[in-house]
Amino acid sequence: MTYIRPNFRHPDLPSNELGYTRQEYEGSLSTLCAGCGHDSVSAAIIQACYEIAVPPHKVAKISGIGCSSKTPTYFLGQSHGFNSVHGRMPSVATGANLANRDMVYIGVSGDGDTASIGLGQFGHVARRNLNMLYIVENNGCYGLTKGQDSATADVGSASKKGVPNPYESIDLCTTALQMGATFVARSFSGDKQQLVPLIKAAISHSGFAFIDVISPCVTFNNNPQSTKGYEYVREHMAATGKMDFVPVRQEITAEYEPGYAREVTLHDGSVIHLYKQGNDFNTQDRNEAVRAIQNHKEKGEILTGLIYLDPDCSDFHELQSTVKKPLRDLNEDDLCPGGRALQAINANLR
Amino acid sequence: MSEFLGLAYFAEVPAVLFDVQRAGPSTGMPTRTQQSDLFATAYASHGDTKHVLLFPSTPKECFEMGAQAFDLADRLQTPVILLTDLDLGMNDNVSEPLEWDDSRQYDRGKVFSAEQLDAMTERFGRYVDMDNDGICYRTFPGTHPKKGAFFTRGTSRDEYAVYTEDGDVYVRNMERLLRKFETAKEYVPAPEITPAAETTSEGVLFFGTSADATREALDMLSGEGIHLDAMRIRAFPFSREVEDFIANHERVFVVEQNRDGQLRKLLIIECEIDPKKLALVRHYNGMPITARNISRQIRQLKGGATVTKIRRKVG
Ligand SMILES: Cc1ncc(C[n+]2csc(CCOP(=O)(O)OP(=O)(O)O)c2C)c(N)n1
Ligand code: SF4
Ligand SMILES: [Mg+2]
Repeated sequence: MTYIRPNFRHPDLPSNELGYTRQEYEGSLSTLCAGCGHDSVSAAIIQACYEIAVPPHKVAKISGIGCSSKTPTYFLGQSHGFNSVHGRMPSVATGANLANRDMVYIGVSGDGDTASIGLGQFGHVARRNLNMLYIVENNGCYGLTKGQDSATADVGSASKKGVPNPYESIDLCTTALQMGATFVARSFSGDKQQLVPLIKAAISHSGFAFIDVISPCVTFNNNPQSTKGYEYVREHMAATGKMDFVPVRQEITAEYEPGYAREVTLHDGSVIHLYKQGNDFNTQDRNEAVRAIQNHKEKGEILTGLIYLDPDCSDFHELQSTVKKPLRDLNEDDLCPGGRALQAINANLR
Repeated sequence: MSEFLGLAYFAEVPAVLFDVQRAGPSTGMPTRTQQSDLFATAYASHGDTKHVLLFPSTPKECFEMGAQAFDLADRLQTPVILLTDLDLGMNDNVSEPLEWDDSRQYDRGKVFSAEQLDAMTERFGRYVDMDNDGICYRTFPGTHPKKGAFFTRGTSRDEYAVYTEDGDVYVRNMERLLRKFETAKEYVPAPEITPAAETTSEGVLFFGTSADATREALDMLSGEGIHLDAMRIRAFPFSREVEDFIANHERVFVVEQNRDGQLRKLLIIECEIDPKKLALVRHYNGMPITARNISRQIRQLKGGATVTKIRRKVG
């Protein structure tokens, strides 16, 4: 959205426990259309990073190509970012993560980026359980290239052009579950209450955390015939349950509402509280998660909230037994076996 | 692959690739050898793109250039592609023992540390050409809490890595990338020159696994009184020495294992050489090139059909 942001900041601006103000998690001014769902997702990322107090320079932002993939410029301006090529954010994220595990990796993609050209990469980054947050800003269309239907558009859903989509849609949460993702959630750009704690929990999860955020494209796909418009999503959302996220550092002092049904402790010691809502949804059963998504879909509902979580998984580094140090800190002594070792190799080949 | 190579060229990301060339196009003869990926790699990707190529010709050189490629990629902040082929990659080869100098240090190129960023009074710019060699300073993620963060992107950007479609800024950046490619000539392995036993106005150029066969052919030809200065090209971009070698000879034979004379054409394009000066000696049936084949073609190109072969007396 294009507007002039005032430079003035109140001297008593609140700061998080590391002393950073919320402003220090912001990025450049957005150039997206006014009302685009993607800007709300950026705001939720800013809020979540501020609240869990991750140092901005310890975050790396990676994206593919699309309106959604442009957004990393609009949050965390003090973080390194990488806007890569269409559909191949996962391979850049994999490289970066393998080179340095001491960073928080936030990947932003679109439904076109992930469900079409990037479907192969998406499957593999999920099954490798790369420690990252992977957000799809899902608007059911290719926003950047003027609104063509994407592979997540529902059968019969029509964009502004008015032609109903004839193809079966790809449900990215189901795909992520089947590919082995260890944290799967769905949310809505218009539901900050749900999205911010999900992002916080996803960042704390040590493994592949996938959030499919339905994020309407106001310019090309926000009409009454579309199943990815604001109105439709608001009216058809069903939640797995309300959740709270309690970072490890706050655990002792935090006061939380009574009556939660289940709590899950993550690797880093932070805790997710899940509240009972209607049905008692079990977030640690992959099969039930797939079934629940399908059941709601058949009822014409979109299941949102935390859908699946494996808190005890091993991430890619653990599976590969990689070196703990960032690769750039390894020197000749660490890496090079030297001339003597080479002589032994030569001798073996004689 | 080409799309990522274009991204790495434009966004200036170091990378090392090994291309074990085989007979194309497409799946071609997948178990047979060729030197036919020069075009595919030198200018891989859309837009004005150029890549650094290395041409090893022995297993030992694959090893040495492999290590060197990583230094070059970090120094030049661009992809470096090693072009070997199936002749080397799949066959058993006799090799000199591999050697390693234990005092050798890795070249990590121009990277600012937190201390250097702290000492800077001016604003850090990822694409500011501070040394005027086309190579700028980069930072690693997480280095400094306040300074040095930047956005890597395949879209055009200014010196501070901020997106722009300003034509002048775009051209300035593209010209700097050219300057960097010029700088690369000083870093890549120099060609190997072997003068002929007698003064000659003709030379021969070759690379990679055409080396042994070409040297043997030169021996055969010199026995017949045909003397050629020889140059083995080891890298692209071509350095000054390559241009001088061609300039200093009336005619140069270019030996290569592909249909279209890719090295010859690359020389013509990059060094602006009169095509008539470069005579193509080619072989591309998937089997390694032989000395007999090379010498026959050179003889023919020299009008050798009229030359009676001198037979050495046996006995
Ligand atoms: C290899 C390649 N193919 C096609 C394109 C053109 N293209 C740019 S963005 C885009 C689709 C973006 O859709 P999505 O990922 O859903 O992002 P949105 O704009 O909807 O947020 C396409 C096809 C491209 N940039 N690269
Ligand atoms: S075209 Fe659609 S997706 Fe792109 S910025 Fe505008 S509203 Fe958002
Ligand atoms: Mg989209």
